Amino acid sequence: MTHILIHILLVLLMPPLLLGVIGKTKAFFAGRVGAPYLQPYYDIWKLMRKGSVFSETTTWLFRAGPIVTLSVAVTASLLIPLGNHSAPFSFAGDMILFAYLFGLARFFTVAAALDTGSSFEGMGGAREATFSCLAEPTLFFALVVLARLSGSLSLSTMLTGSITTLWPDSAPSLILLAGSLFIILLAENCRVPFDDPNTHLELTMIHEVMVLDHSGPAFGYILYGAAMKLFVLGAFFLHIAFPFKAGDPFLDWGVFIIAMLLLAVVIGIVESIMARLRMVRIPQILVASTILAAFALVLVLR
Amino acid sequence: MLTPGSLAITGAALCGISGIPGLCPAISARLGQRIAVFLVLAGAATGTAGALWSMLGNLTETWTLDWTLPFGTAEIGLDPLSALFLLLIFVVSGCCSVYGIGYWPAEKRGLAFFFGLLSCSLALVVMARNGVFFLLAWEIMALANYIVLTSGGDSPEVCEAGRTYLVATHIGTLALFALFAIFKVTTGSFQFPVAAGLDASPLPATAIFMTALFGFGLKAGIMPLHVWLPSAHANAPSHISALMSGVVIKMGIYGLLRTFSFFNNIPLWWGILILVAGIISGLAGVIFAIAQHDIKRLLAYHSIENIGIIAMGIGAALIGEATGSPSLVVLGIGGAFLHVLNHGIFKSLLFLGAGSVIHASGTREIDRMGGLARPMPYTAVFFLTGAVAICGLPPLNGFVSEFLIYFGFFTGIREGFSKATPILALAIPSLAMIGGLALACFVKVFGATFLGLPRTDGAARGHEAGRPMLAPMGLLALLCLLIGVFPAAATRLLEPAIRAWAPGLSEEGTRLAQAAPLSWITLLALLLITITLAFTILFKRRVAGAARGKAGTWDCGYANPSASMQYSSSSFAEMLVRLFATMLRPDCHKPALRDLFPKGGRFSSHVPEVVLELIMVPWFMKSDVKFSSIRRLQHGQLHLYILYVFLALLALLAWAT
Repeated sequence: MTHILIHILLVLLMPPLLLGVIGKTKAFFAGRVGAPYLQPYYDIWKLMRKGSVFSETTTWLFRAGPIVTLSVAVTASLLIPLGNHSAPFSFAGDMILFAYLFGLARFFTVAAALDTGSSFEGMGGAREATFSCLAEPTLFFALVVLARLSGSLSLSTMLTGSITTLWPDSAPSLILLAGSLFIILLAENCRVPFDDPNTHLELTMIHEVMVLDHSGPAFGYILYGAAMKLFVLGAFFLHIAFPFKAGDPFLDWGVFIIAMLLLAVVIGIVESIMARLRMVRIPQILVASTILAAFALVLVLR
Repeated sequence: MLTPGSLAITGAALCGISGIPGLCPAISARLGQRIAVFLVLAGAATGTAGALWSMLGNLTETWTLDWTLPFGTAEIGLDPLSALFLLLIFVVSGCCSVYGIGYWPAEKRGLAFFFGLLSCSLALVVMARNGVFFLLAWEIMALANYIVLTSGGDSPEVCEAGRTYLVATHIGTLALFALFAIFKVTTGSFQFPVAAGLDASPLPATAIFMTALFGFGLKAGIMPLHVWLPSAHANAPSHISALMSGVVIKMGIYGLLRTFSFFNNIPLWWGILILVAGIISGLAGVIFAIAQHDIKRLLAYHSIENIGIIAMGIGAALIGEATGSPSLVVLGIGGAFLHVLNHGIFKSLLFLGAGSVIHASGTREIDRMGGLARPMPYTAVFFLTGAVAICGLPPLNGFVSEFLIYFGFFTGIREGFSKATPILALAIPSLAMIGGLALACFVKVFGATFLGLPRTDGAARGHEAGRPMLAPMGLLALLCLLIGVFPAAATRLLEPAIRAWAPGLSEEGTRLAQAAPLSWITLLALLLITITLAFTILFKRRVAGAARGKAGTWDCGYANPSASMQYSSSSFAEMLVRLFATMLRPDCHKPALRDLFPKGGRFSSHVPEVVLELIMVPWFMKSDVKFSSIRRLQHGQLHLYILYVFLALLALLAWAT
C-alpha cells in the first residue's frame, strides 16, 4: 500500500522536474545559468490560472485533445512499474494496453490540431502520425523480446523481476534493445534530434506546432501530460538500460529517482551536443531503430 | 415449436419477403418502404433472438428439407458458429434498413426487395449444411448483391464496379463448385462433414484448402484477391456498402472457418499461410487506404485491412491446433470471431456515417469537405466513435479483439519454439504497424471531413441527418462502447462458437474468459473514462473561472488565410504515400515552375488500384490478344451453344464409363 502511494505521488509530482533538469543541463552546456529546476511547475501552475483563447474555427474536440492526452498519461503511469516495484495495476497483457493508450492520446492530439484548420498545425499532425507509425513496431519488437526473455506477459514481472539476471546471458540483445528504445524515447517525446521542444516557429516542428493554438489550462494540461509521458517512457527505458536494484524497497525508490534524474541529464546532454535532424532523415532513423530491435528479436528466438 | 433454429428461419423468411408488398403498384412507394423496414426489423429481432439463444444455450439443431433434387437431402442447421454470423447479419441488416428510410428515395422500389432477399440469402448461407444448397444460397446472395450494388445509378463508374464485382464473384463461385466437388469425391456426399471429421494430411485436403482459400478469399477480399472490393463498396448506396463491408464479405470468412472446422490433424503450413496472407492484407489494405481521396473507397480498403486482421487471428488459431497449444487456439479464434462482430459493427457505422456526410455535402471527395462537425454534431460523434474503434484504441471494441489476437501471438511466442514462432513474432510488430497506419488514416479522414473550415460551398451547406439515419448509427456506436468496456459479456457469447469450431478443445479446458484478462480491461477502461471525466470537469471549472477570449486560428502572421489553404487529406497523407511509393505507384501531376513569377497551375495526384490496374488488366489484355483465335467458338449462335453442351455431356459420359 505504501509503495502504491509512493508510486502515485511520484508519477503525479516528479514529471515536471525532469523537464527542469533537462533545461538546466542545456543551460549548463550553453554557459547560461538557466531557469530554476522548478520552473516547469511554475509554468504549469501559471497556465492553469490563466484565461483561454479559443479559435472560432474549433469545436469541442479541440478541448478534448489535451484532456484525453493527460488522462491517458495518468492511466498509463498506473501500468508502468517504477524501479523495483510493480505497478498498481498489473495483469498479463497490460503491455498491449500500455502501448495502445498512447495511440488514443495521439489520435486526439492530432485531431485537436486539425480542428484549428491551420495548415501549420495540420503539418505537425501529419508528421506526428507518420513518424509514430514507424516508431510503433519498435516498441512491440521490444515487448516481444522481453516477453520471450522473461517468459512473462505483464510489464511488472517482465521488467522488475528477472531483468538483472537476464543481462549476463542476453546482453547483446538487451544492448540492441536499449539503443533502439532510446531512439524511440527521444522521438516519442519530441526531443532533439527529432523535434525541438523549444520553438514553435520553424517549419520542421512536430509536437509544438500541433499545440500552437492551445492556451491557458489547455496548454497546462498538454505540458503536464507531455512531462508525464516522458516520465513513463523513461521509466520503461530505464528498466532495460539501468537494471540495478538495491534490494531494500525504500532504497530502490531512491535508486529509481536518481536514475530518472540521470536520464534527464543524458537527454539534456544529447539535446545540447546534437543538432536537429533534417526531416527526411527522421523516417530513416526510425526504421533503423526498428531493425535494431528486430535484430534483438532474432537473437532471442534461437 | 419454438427453438433457436425456428426463430432464425422465421427471421430470415421475414427479411426475404419484406420487399414484396412494396413491389405491388397499389401500395404507395413510401408505405411499401415502411412495410419493408418494419418486416426487416421484425425479422432481425426474431433472428437475433434465435442467434443469441443458440449461442447462450450452446444449442445445435438441424432441419432436413425434402427436395427432389439429386444432391442428397438439403439440411438447414444452426450451431453457435452459424449463430455468431447470424447475429451480425440480423443486427447490421436491421440498422441498414432503418437508415435506408432517410437515405434512399422510396420511389426506387426495387432496392428494398433485393435488400430483403440479400439479408435472407445471407442467413441461408450460414445455415446451409449441404454443399449444393450452400451454393444456391451463395449465388442468390451474389446476384442480389449485384443488383443492390448497381442500384445507385447508370454512371460508368457504377457499371464498371458492378461488372468487376460480377466477374470476381463468379470466378469465386467457380472455385466453390470445385471445392464441393472435391468434398463429394472425398466424403461421398454433398452433406457437410461433421466437425473435425476429416484428416487434413492427404492430398484432397490440400486441394480443398487451396480452393477454399481462393474461392472464399475472393469474397472476403484477402489481398491480392481484393480487386473487386474497393470500387464495388465505393459505388454502392451507402447503406448497401455498410451491409457489404460489415456482413457480405464476412461470408468469405465464414466459408473459410466452416471449411477448416471439418478437419483434424491440420498441418502447420495452413496456419502459417493464412497468417502471412493476413499480414499482407492488413498492411497493404491500410497503406492503400491512406492514399485514397474518396471516403468510401478509403473505407473499402480498410475492410481489406480488417479482413487481414481477422485472418491473422484465424492463422494463429490454426498454428495453435498444429502445435497443440489450446490457449493459442482459443485466443486466436476468439479474437478473430470478436473482430468479425466488431468490424461488422464499426465498419457499418462508418459507412452509414460516410453516407450522411455524402448526403450533406454532396460529394465523396474528402478534400472537398471540412468543418462538418458544426452542422452535424451527432454524426460527428458517431463517426468519431467508429474511427477510434477501427483504430483498435481503448476503450472501444476494436481494442478488445485486437488485444485478444495480440495476446494470442504473445502466448504463442512464450511457449517453446516451433517453425511458426518467427512468423508469430513478426506478426506482432506488423499488427502494431497496421494500428499506427490506421490511426494516421482515420485521423486524416475525421479531421478533413469534420474539423476545420468547410472547403467548399457544398460542405458549408451541410445539415444534420434525419432521425432514421441517426438512430442506427447511435445504436452501433453504443455497441462499440459496450463491447469495449464489457468484453466479458461478448466473449460469453463466443465461447460456444469457439467449441463448435474446434471440437478438439476439451470442454473443461482453456476458456477465453480465463485465457484473457477481460475483467482487467473492463477495470482499466472504466478507470480511463473516470479519469477523463474528472479532468473534463476540472478543465471546465478552470476555463469558466478565468477570462476567455475568442479569435481566429493563429495564422503565423499570414495576411489572408482561406479555407482552401487548410491541410487537406492529401497533404496529410503525402509523407506516408511517399514512403510507400514503390507499392502505391502514385500518379502525380505537378505544374512546372519556370519563370520568376510562375503562372497558376493545377496539381493532381491519384493512386491506382495497383493489383487490378497495373497487373491484372494488362495481363488480361495480353491474354485477350493471345487467345483471340479461340474467340471464334463464341459467336452468339444459340443453337450451336446447345450443341456444345450436348457434345460436352457426351464426352463426359464416354469418359465416365
